[in-house]
Amino acid sequence: MSCKEIQGLMDPYIDRELDLVRSIELERHMHDCPSCARLHEDRAALRTAIGAGSLRYRAPDTLKKSVQAALVERDRQERAPGRWRWFRLPGPVIAATAAAALLIAIWWVRPVEGALQREVVEGHIRSLMANHLTDVPSTDQHTVKPWFAGKLDFSPTVKDLTAEGFTLVGGRLDYLDNHAVAAIVYQRRQHVINVFVWPTSEGDRGERAAVRQGYNVVWFVRSGMAYWLASDLNPAELRQLAGLLIR
Amino acid sequence: MPHFDAAYNLARWLTRSAEDADDMVQESYLRAFTFFDGFRGGDARWWLFSIVRNTCYTWLRKNGAQELMEFDEAQHSPASNALNPEDLQLRRADRETLREALEKLPAEFREVLVLREIEDLAYKEIAEVTGLPLGTVMSRLSRARRRLQELLAVPAGQES
Repeated sequence: MSCKEIQGLMDPYIDRELDLVRSIELERHMHDCPSCARLHEDRAALRTAIGAGSLRYRAPDTLKKSVQAALVERDRQERAPGRWRWFRLPGPVIAATAAAALLIAIWWVRPVEGALQREVVEGHIRSLMANHLTDVPSTDQHTVKPWFAGKLDFSPTVKDLTAEGFTLVGGRLDYLDNHAVAAIVYQRRQHVINVFVWPTSEGDRGERAAVRQGYNVVWFVRSGMAYWLASDLNPAELRQLAGLLIR
Repeated sequence: MPHFDAAYNLARWLTRSAEDADDMVQESYLRAFTFFDGFRGGDARWWLFSIVRNTCYTWLRKNGAQELMEFDEAQHSPASNALNPEDLQLRRADRETLREALEKLPAEFREVLVLREIEDLAYKEIAEVTGLPLGTVMSRLSRARRRLQELLAVPAGQES
């Protein structure tokens, strides 16, 4: 290789992005070519200087607080849209919306469930965003289930549903509805599914479903356990998983 | 909040102003949470970086940052080929000198350097954040380092 070619490969080499064969060639060349060796030295020194130079800016705490406050405010607005918005809508739309909302309120969402839906979806989003999907990453139900013992005062059902197309990814402790809950994580294709499980005093109840912030939520009660599933997976397949969990 | 310092760091380097970085980060996080549906798994940090980046670029364009308009890969590279590495005596650069030199670079160069050197992203990850082809990331990074080195260099023998 010529010096010019070597110089073109110097950065990928320093960044460890160069393949082994060319890395060796480059090292051989540098051994015999002081000029290229010098370039390498300079580039490496530059990297070290930047790396050690603590050039990272830290976000001021005041900014953290104000962004947090803005997010809380945004969340609040979404939950209770400002009244002024209604004035812009034509009457029939308001009436229809109100009627629909009332129906939904009566049929679907008891106040508690509305809040829980939000908590469940937030728990789901948190697990994806904070890069904290699992505490115990394992595709083995016999690893995940015992892991919860001692951490929770109940034992959640953990099933291997690989054959049905739902891969067990692991388990995690989460906190919902004012108590610690088991989060069992499954994956179907690219979709992550959080199954939140905790004991409840309610009697058995069939599946219900809702969409919240673009996520599908399915929940039901079976044998004294509340199950809440959240995912961006389509509702039909999410219900399928719900069925498999209590099969 | 996830990756807050990293998001701030990128915004701070792209805007070169503490005040504007504040605005960029605030706007980016609101957008991130509003458009969370746009996030389809993967590493949330890259996704957040790309939102911060787009927010900053919109701002840079709006605020008449000429560096963006005038940026041209060709214009920024050929002269440097004439330089012999031996002419470049890397000055012992302290933090402030480095900071100043880095700030003098066009936004496109600052961006790849910040993502690579400070955030330690791999080429593939930088390509994902910036939406640039891998080859462009590589050559841009190479040119950025070359420019930075030139800014930090003094003619041999004049080192104090």
